[in-house]
Amino acid sequence: MEALSFFALIVDSAIRLSVPLIFAALAGLYSERSGVFDIGLEGKMLAGAFAAGTVAALTGSPWVGLFGAIVISVVFAVVHGLASITYRGNQIVSGVAINIVAAGLTVLLGQTWFQQGGRTPQLPSEARFLPINLPFAETLAEVPIVGQIYSEVISGHNILVYIAIAAVFATHWVVYSSRFGLRLRAVGENPSAVDTAGISVVWLRYRAVIICGVLCGFAGAYLAIAQSAGFIKDMSAGKGFIALAALIFANWRPRAVLLTCLLFGFLDAVAIRLQGANVPGIGEVPVQFMQALPYILTVVLLAGFIGKATPPKAGGVPYVKER
Amino acid sequence: MKTSGIIAAVAALAMSATAAFAEFKPAVVFDMGGKFDKSFNEGVFNGVEKFKAETGVEYAEFEVTNPSQREQALRNFARRGHDPILAIGFAQAEALSKVAAEYPDTRFAIIDMFVDLPNVQSIEFKEHEGSFLVGMLAGLASQTGKVGFVGGMDIPLIRKFACGYVQGVKAANAEAEVFQNMTGTTPAAWNDPVRGGELAKSQFDSGADVIYAAAGGTGLGVLQTAADEGKLSIGVDSNQNHLHPGSVLTSMLKRVDVAAYETFKSGMDDTWKPGSQILGLAEDGVGWALDDNNSSLITDDMKAAVEKAQADIIAGTISVHNYMSDNSCPD
Repeated sequence: MEALSFFALIVDSAIRLSVPLIFAALAGLYSERSGVFDIGLEGKMLAGAFAAGTVAALTGSPWVGLFGAIVISVVFAVVHGLASITYRGNQIVSGVAINIVAAGLTVLLGQTWFQQGGRTPQLPSEARFLPINLPFAETLAEVPIVGQIYSEVISGHNILVYIAIAAVFATHWVVYSSRFGLRLRAVGENPSAVDTAGISVVWLRYRAVIICGVLCGFAGAYLAIAQSAGFIKDMSAGKGFIALAALIFANWRPRAVLLTCLLFGFLDAVAIRLQGANVPGIGEVPVQFMQALPYILTVVLLAGFIGKATPPKAGGVPYVKER
Repeated sequence: MKTSGIIAAVAALAMSATAAFAEFKPAVVFDMGGKFDKSFNEGVFNGVEKFKAETGVEYAEFEVTNPSQREQALRNFARRGHDPILAIGFAQAEALSKVAAEYPDTRFAIIDMFVDLPNVQSIEFKEHEGSFLVGMLAGLASQTGKVGFVGGMDIPLIRKFACGYVQGVKAANAEAEVFQNMTGTTPAAWNDPVRGGELAKSQFDSGADVIYAAAGGTGLGVLQTAADEGKLSIGVDSNQNHLHPGSVLTSMLKRVDVAAYETFKSGMDDTWKPGSQILGLAEDGVGWALDDNNSSLITDDMKAAVEKAQADIIAGTISVHNYMSDNSCPD
């Protein structure tokens, strides 16, 4: 019983920690499936977080904040699209540039506007996405196992968490069952075939990049106005890169993305919860080991399984109509 | 012709440097976490701002954003003739001892560490005494008999906070259980409110109802989580009671603002002295915060108990173990 509730709490925490990864990895999935590599997830997330924190602080509404995050993140995405689709620049360079610009600009603007060292003002609770208790969560909490899982793990998250899970299945449907998805996959594998069929490669890729921007906006808004109460400099803390690793690990498939993100979130949650705890038979596990564990496992997992990862064939190559 | 021009320029520069040396130009180097961490660095910032407001003397400042900048920043200030130069935080000790040795005529001061040089003033605090008092408050305020501690970077200084806190909790309630977590092992641990919030959540889930955050900017996440969950938290360094009125039980005050102000002031009045200063309860260097924001949380009994303990510590009848004296904590 004790063990179950402890486990439920870890899973609960894992879900909270993996949500920004899920959004960002899905964002990368759309972009990369269309043949545009995007290592600027981190920067778009950070810019989105800053926009969410700023707009929510000024308007007092989390929804307007979320909208602001999406707008700014899409602007960055379109810049990346412009550089890598229209001007056929190097996609990696463009992505790095976006990360650097976002890291610098957020702190600079934050300091100029709010004079709090690049932080946005602390948000009151009505300007944030607060946990929602699903119906009957309180009453069902007494029911063993099922009720406990329902009240601890499923209920009590903010709206963005549920949107993230929904986005995974929506993405699965879009990529595998819609006409847009078929073309998206095709353009990432063989753009000239898509072009021959009379479909605009450029417009298709732009749409993928814009969807990527929207999802990064969600990730940023989650960091700034759901998980925390305001933007703090560098708050994305490498999550964009971990999401990228998760995307590769999931072999660019939406439902596998959900699982790998949950796994990475779970490792992080375990590291937080087991800190200083006594593991039977081993004794107290050093804090340092617990903190390194997600990274060690990531490296081991990547080294062991990445051989099978097959990226979209046309990824990273700008499409040139005539040679 | 060209060479002489350069020589003239260099000479002019050197002259202006010497001329600048005559006026009083204090400088402060904040550490990672930034001067608006609402905690440790911000306390120093408030102190030097007060000095500026009172005397009209401008000071130079630098915010370290990565470890390699500490030495550069200190050396730059020294080379430009700033004096005294105040370094904030234990992490600057190594850089400071190097630079202070290079510029023996410049006066340096460091907060939170002892640097043994003739031109350095070391200011340390008895954080264990202040933490003892807030620990007592936590122990008295806790309904569940379980309280928590979230530290920033895992260093002896933060262990010292934790150790004093645990002793205070036990003094109030010998049966109490204390959960302890550190945010990380790198300086990034001072600025990770999301992780701080998760650690706090995990302690609340295990039954704690008061958490003491000694973690710089990370502590803001702890305080936020406590407010969200309707539990109590304890702030650190600066008075953080106002951040979430009714949820922040109290704050462990470390009067870095006074220390920073005094350093600049004594530097200006020429009463500055090198050597070691250790400020505790008796010197008003540490304490606990009581104001309108938390007066409803502190009962008269709690107040009386803590004030008695405070008097006893000053009188020496209670001695709070200092973790850093032997790198271990009783219990």
